[in-house]
Formats: sequence, C-alpha cells, structure tokens
Amino acid sequence: MSPTPSKKSSAAAAAATQARSSATGFGGGGGGAGMRLIVPLQGVVQGRGGLVLGTLIPCALFYFLQLYLRRNRSPPPTSPQPPAANGADLLGIVRSSSRNFLSARGSSGHAALSSRAALIARSGDSPYFVGTKKCSEDPYHPIDNPDGVIQLGLAENRLSLDLIGDWLARNVKDTLLDEWQGGLSITGLATYQPFDGLVELKMAVAEFMGQVMRGSVSFDPSQIIMTAGATPAIEILSFCLADAGNAFLVPSPYYPGYDRNIRWRAGLELIPVPCRSTDKFGLSIPALERAYNQAKMRGVKVRAVLFSNPSNPVGNLLHRETLRDLLDFVTEKGIHVIADEVFAGSIHGTEEFVSMAEVLNTDEFDRSRVHIVYGLSKDLSIPGFRIGLIYSFNEHVIAAASKLARFSSVSVPTQHLLISMLTDTKFVIRYIKTNRERLRVMYALLVNGLKQLGVESVKSSGGFYCWTDMSKYMKSYSEKGELELWKEMLNVAKIHLTPGTACHCIEPGWFRLCFTTLTEKDVPVVLERIKRLVDNH
Amino acid sequence: MAKKGVPLSEMATADTHGEDSPYFAGWKAYDEDPYDAASNPSGVIQMGLAENQVSFDLLEDYLEQHPQEFGWGCGISSFRENALFQDYHGLQTFRRAVALFMEQIRGGRTQFDPEHIVLTAGATAANELLSFILADPGDGLLIPTPYYPGFDRDLRWRTGVNIIPVHCNSSNGFQITLRALEDACTGAESMKVRVKGFLLTNPSNPLGVAITRPILEEILDFVSQKDIHLISDEIYSGSVFSSDEFVSMAEIVEARGHEERERVHIVYSLSKDLGLPGYRVGTIYSYNDQVVTTARRMSSFTLVSSQTQKMLASMLSDKEFTKNYLRTNRERLKKRYEFVVERLSNAGIRCLRGNAGLFCWMNLGELLEEPTVEGELSLWNLILHEAKLNISPGSSCHCLEAGWFRVCFANMSQQTLEVALRRMKDFTEKMKEG
Repeated sequence: MSPTPSKKSSAAAAAATQARSSATGFGGGGGGAGMRLIVPLQGVVQGRGGLVLGTLIPCALFYFLQLYLRRNRSPPPTSPQPPAANGADLLGIVRSSSRNFLSARGSSGHAALSSRAALIARSGDSPYFVGTKKCSEDPYHPIDNPDGVIQLGLAENRLSLDLIGDWLARNVKDTLLDEWQGGLSITGLATYQPFDGLVELKMAVAEFMGQVMRGSVSFDPSQIIMTAGATPAIEILSFCLADAGNAFLVPSPYYPGYDRNIRWRAGLELIPVPCRSTDKFGLSIPALERAYNQAKMRGVKVRAVLFSNPSNPVGNLLHRETLRDLLDFVTEKGIHVIADEVFAGSIHGTEEFVSMAEVLNTDEFDRSRVHIVYGLSKDLSIPGFRIGLIYSFNEHVIAAASKLARFSSVSVPTQHLLISMLTDTKFVIRYIKTNRERLRVMYALLVNGLKQLGVESVKSSGGFYCWTDMSKYMKSYSEKGELELWKEMLNVAKIHLTPGTACHCIEPGWFRLCFTTLTEKDVPVVLERIKRLVDNH
Repeated sequence: MAKKGVPLSEMATADTHGEDSPYFAGWKAYDEDPYDAASNPSGVIQMGLAENQVSFDLLEDYLEQHPQEFGWGCGISSFRENALFQDYHGLQTFRRAVALFMEQIRGGRTQFDPEHIVLTAGATAANELLSFILADPGDGLLIPTPYYPGFDRDLRWRTGVNIIPVHCNSSNGFQITLRALEDACTGAESMKVRVKGFLLTNPSNPLGVAITRPILEEILDFVSQKDIHLISDEIYSGSVFSSDEFVSMAEIVEARGHEERERVHIVYSLSKDLGLPGYRVGTIYSYNDQVVTTARRMSSFTLVSSQTQKMLASMLSDKEFTKNYLRTNRERLKKRYEFVVERLSNAGIRCLRGNAGLFCWMNLGELLEEPTVEGELSLWNLILHEAKLNISPGSSCHCLEAGWFRVCFANMSQQTLEVALRRMKDFTEKMKEG
C-alpha cells in the first residue's frame, strides 16, 4: 500500500482541482487561489519582507514553478502498478488527470505537447543562455578580437587539458584498439554490458575518488552507479528519494542546473534555504530547520537536503562539524541527504576537503540516508565525455538506480579510455597536484586583482570561480539593480558573469566569476574592464 | 507497508520497472550458466538478446584502414575542444553523419535535416524522452502487440504514462488493422485515459516484419484524424533483408502536408544496425520544431559522449563504407534468417514470414499442453531448463495468442547457432514423442 499523498491545504487543493479540470495539456490555465497562496509563502521562506517581483526573471521563475506544481500535484496512483499482464490490458492503469478524451477534437487541430514539455519550452532565455550566446557570437581573442566578450560564466576547466592531451598522445595507440574492441562484442556470444558501468571502470573510479580525497576515505566500487554525467545522477536520485510534489531543501545560492535536474521530470519542488554573507554563505542549520517547518506548514513533504561541497557558486568547503550537524538534522527529520561533491578534486585553497563519506566513516550515523554525487567533468576536465556517478550507501537506491542508469549510460569506448587513464596512477597523482596548483595561481591572480579594485570576494577554497560582491555598483539594491549591472557588464564591459539571481541568492549584487577559461595574460584585461566599469560608478 | 530505514519514492520501490517478466528472468538463467563452446558446452544459449554481431568484422576492418580518424589525430587542440564539448545540440559533423546514414538506409528516398536530429544516449532514452514530451502522467500511448517488452519500462516507469495495446493476431500475419486501432481507442476512452500518441516499431520487434506502405498510410491517416502523435521506432531499419522492402514513415510523411508532419517523430539508434549497443548512440528525428527544441533541452540528461560522436562521425559519413556495410549486413542477416527458418521447419516448427530484424517469430502452439499463458510459460520454462535455450515467450510481448516465441539469431556465431538449432530440434522431437 503506498503512502497517502501529502496533505495539501484545502485552498491549494481547490486550485489544483480547478487547474486539472481545465488542463489541456498545453500551457495556459488560469491563475487563481493556488497561485496567490504560494507566492507570499515563497517570499516568507526566502526571508524577504514581501514579494520580490522587481524583475522579469524571478517572476517568470515563480510563475512557471507554480504552473508546474499545479500540473503535477495530481495524486499518484494509490496502488503499485504491476507490469501490464497479459489479457488484463489495462490493469493498474493510471487515470488521466484530464477529462479531454479522444472523442473531443483538439481545437487547434494540432497534436499538443505535454505540460512538462510546455514548461521546458518556456524555460528559454535565462541570463546564462543570453550571455553564452554573446560570447560565442563575439568571442574575445587577444589578437584577433581584443574587444570581444570574455567568458567568465562557464565553470569549465581549461587550465590542465594539456596534461590529458599529453597522456593521450602517449597512450592513444594502445587505448584505441581497446576502445573499439571493448565497444564491440567479439566473443562468441554477445556479452551483456551493464548499464550502470563496467566493473573495471567502477574500480578505477573508486580508486580515483580515494586519491582525490587524499586517501582519507576509500570508496567501494559496488556502491557506484555510473551515469552520463552528474546531471542525470542528481535526477535519478530525485526519482528514487521522492515522489512528484515532494521537496528538496537546497542551501542557496545554488548551482542553477538543480532547478532543471530535480523539477523538470521528477517533478520535485526545490526549496531554497538562504545562506548569508554575514555567515560567509555557510550552511545554517537553523535556516534549514526554519525552511523545513515552513514547508511542513504548507503541507509539502521534504524528502532530502541537497547541497554542494565544495559549494557552487560560492566555493566554500563544509567543516566536519557542519557535516555532522547536517547528518544530525536529516536523521532527526527522517530524510535523505545528497552531497554533490563534483568539485572535490579542485581544491585550490589550503583548507582540507572533507567528504561526507569520511564523516560517515568515523561516526555512528545511519548511512542508508546518504548519497554522494560525483563525476569527472570538473576534476578531470572532460565534461564532453559524460562520466558521472551516484555513490550511495543505500542498497535499495543502488538497485533502483542501476536500473534507471539505462536511460543515461556512459558510452563504452569512453569507459575504456577512462579505465586506461585512471589506472595510470602516476599520471593521476601528478594531474591532481598540478591542476590544484594552477587553480591556486589563477584564483589568487583574479581575486587579488579584484581586491585592489576594491571588489571583495568570499574566501573560497575550491571550485573554478570566485563569489564576488559588486552590490555597491548597482543603481538600486534589488534584483532589478543586479540584472541591470549584469547587463552593463555584458554589453559595455563585455564580460559575462553569472548573476546571483540565477543562483537564487537572496542578497542582490553577488556574482560568480569563473577563472578557469582564462590564461594568465587574460586576467589583466579582465581587471582593466572591471576597473573601467567600477570607475564609472 | 512498513519500510525499513528512510523511505524511498514510490517509483523506486514499486514494480513499475516492468522487469519481472520471463523476458528478464531468462537472462538471469543465462548469466548463471552461460554457454561457451569450449568451457561450458552444455550451458544456456542466449537467444533472447536482439544484438547484431554478424558484421563487426566490417567495423574492425574500417578501424584498421582509418586509424587516424578514431583518435584525435595529432591535434591536441581538437581533443581539448572535444573533451569540453557538452553542447546538447551535438557535434554538427556527427549529426550530419547520422542524417546521411539514415538517408542511406532508406536508399536516398528521404531527406533528413541534421538540424532536426536530437542525440540521446541510446534509443531507450529517446523513447522515454518522447514519452515525457508528448504525454502527461495518466495519458496513454497506443502500441500494437506483440511489442518489445522493454517498452513497459521505458515508456511508463518514470513518465507515469500508460500503454494501450492495439491487439494484432495471426489471422492476418499480425498486421495492424483499423478495427484494432479503433477498439483500442474505445477501450482507452472507457478507462478515461487520454490517448496522446501511437508508437509503431518498423520493422517490428518481435515480428521481424517491415510494415507495408498501405498500412503506414492508414496509420498516419488515423493519427491525423485523432489528432495524436506518431512515434516511428525504426531502429531495425538497416536490418531489413532487402532494402526496397522497407518503407520509412519519413517517406510517407514527406508526401504529406505540414500539419501532418508536425505529429511525426522517428527514433533511430546505432545499437542494432551497427551492432554498437555499448556506444549509447540514439536519436530522435522530429518534424516538429517545438519537439526538437524541447527534446534537445531534455537530452541534457542523456547526452552522447563527445568522444564517441567524434569517433563515429567520419565512419558514418563515409558513403563507400556505409553502402558496403549496409548491403553486406543485410545479406548476412537474410542468410541467417533463412538458415534458421529452414532448420526450424525441418523440426516441424513454423515461423511467421519475416523480412527484417535480428530474430524470427516462431510458433510452438502445437507443443503447448494448454493454449494459455500458463501453458506457454511452462513450455518456455522447459525449453530454458531442458533444451538450455533462452527464448522470449510471446506473453512477455503482450501477444494474446499463446505459443509464439521470439528467437534471436544474430547475437552469436554460426557454430553456436547450429548447436542451438540442433537442441531445438531434439527438444521438439522429444516433446512430440513424450
């Protein structure tokens, strides 16, 4: 027997019913009580005095969220569905939430798409897309296009690609044949290749993770589910840990991709838990507690806390104590915790990175609620190869996720390439060390340069970026002011940064600057442009 | 239901993954006791896996003759860009190559625009993606039976979409009829399920038959009249034994007006025709711009490795190679098929007359104790444990007539196939005596 759907306030339920009965599966639908109820609560949850509707984008985000919530709050089936058995064709069928049946001709005469699709179709032009587009249309080049747009909004690491290129140049002949033959089944019978990754790759990755975490903890390959990048890893966990309409608590500012990963298809609500500059944007357990209770009052069931460590976009590391406090919190609430540790190997500061796995090692916590997301896109600079993973301590999650991995599998030739690369321990150790050093140099160059201009950043220890306070250059202390500044930086100073709003930061004026797509020579150029802008204000 | 530890989602704990049918149980028996000519000659022979190994030597030859195309040449910079490339549009050269390859399969009778190609990590992901995009939870997709058992999982599990079977039977060779379509729709209506699309596999799995032109036209008329979508899963299109016997939905569509095109989406993959299932290369080709845009964004969850894209781009664009590959692959599959059918016929076993795919649809009705699902499953079990052959029972494919089985023949060597067919013959003889 499945758990009953989360209790909803009657107003929200009424709005949901209204929305269902008018649903055509394609955009539109009236506003109504549901929308008005949810918006003020959002304002309260985020610690603001009232609604912040000053700019188009957050407004649009709220609207789409509610539209999406209304669409997806239809109660789940009350009994588990058996596979469609023979003869009993429609056994266990899930009822449509709409009353528009086949007999009614669509008035548009044009087969509509689902409401999920409609939501995604409208998610078009975030600042990230606008800025990246400008960068590709008018890319900076020191000689060919010195006035072009400099990309500081992409968390991609170009600083150490040469090391990997060298390794390939030395090893490609041997690995090539492996890749091909690994991809082709050349035994007498077709070997069934597991969708959740080859055992050899899991072993090599487990080893690599141990090295990245500086040997403080060792990882068990049997707890790994490989996925085509960290993006599907987070989505798969969303499907496994929560039902549609449930929520994750996510400390903000957070990586904008989470909105997509947990909402689009898994249908979860993302509740931002604001971190404050006064706390250096550190995780606050009281804030988590507040957010959890507010969700409860709204009748929303929180199923997990999702956080990144090292944090994106801030770059800070969580201390051992904080991780323990977090584990206490989720244990007390009976929920899960997802630690997104994709930048674990990209530490440039002197602080030590402590993995959630390490804390579990030493303490008596219930491990079955802990799940780690990792991947090679950041630490090994190979996002195109799509290598990510779920590392879970929960055998049921591992079982379900290994089946779900079929929708997001890592390409076998790529797996073979990585097996070769990762088992070259000498190379791996040298790469991690050199990469960290190069990150450190670039970070220092940029952050110190900014400091000299009077632009302060939060002290961060990991990741590809610095989290910078440019609020004093805004015309108004508001999201509107921030976006205007962002536009000015893009169009006038011609640098593309990520605005805090995109990361759901509640304090306007913060920006993420990525330094890993720059060379050392580019830094003075960037600083000069910022100086000009700063001087004008 | 009391759950131990922290509760998981309904999805993770229920059985909607659809993997409980014998289709999957047989694989387990194989995994535990796999046949090997030398080390385990009495092991289970896997005839339930539709993979294509008959032409991999052609791929190996290509690699030998064009090694530079598979690495990054000497260009470290090209590696750099490739390693960083995670654009969900996919590599343009690769998309063009896939479009070209698809055109070649159809004998140049259709045109595919690379801008309408969305890449996914396999056809499994492509089908699921379309299910997310075209239907809401609780909606229905019409699918002719018998169908690929994986659809129960791929189209329903995470999407919450229902499958409405369109029942076909042997009286007309399991062809799809208008009557069956209408019956299915009526059934959906009475269950208050809104039908959003029709999914056709052409050539059909498990039937191994290419759908004829008149039926394709009828289907397109039907979906237009009902104002629903049409997904044409053409992953076996390069495995039709004779190229002029395959009619793609693309051909039908190109002759139609704009509005009808907007509802058609084609799924393709390199897993079957090229025998590269591990590469995870699938694609959605849609005539609908909104579907293309949405699918592309959603493909973030299932991108194709940029390394794999680069690796295959030049090979698939090589017209000489692909022409030769397709022709040879077809011939070999045809030979295998005829060999299998002949041997089965000698054992007194009839098969549906097929002209495509990596399997044949065989009838063992005469051997059933009772013409029911139970009878079929008990026969299947006997074949698995006595003849040591894992074949797929029709009930797993939702076939309403008991006694049909899908037998795969392309995932093994000729020698192994001969052993398997001998075992089948021995088994049927024993059954008929006893």
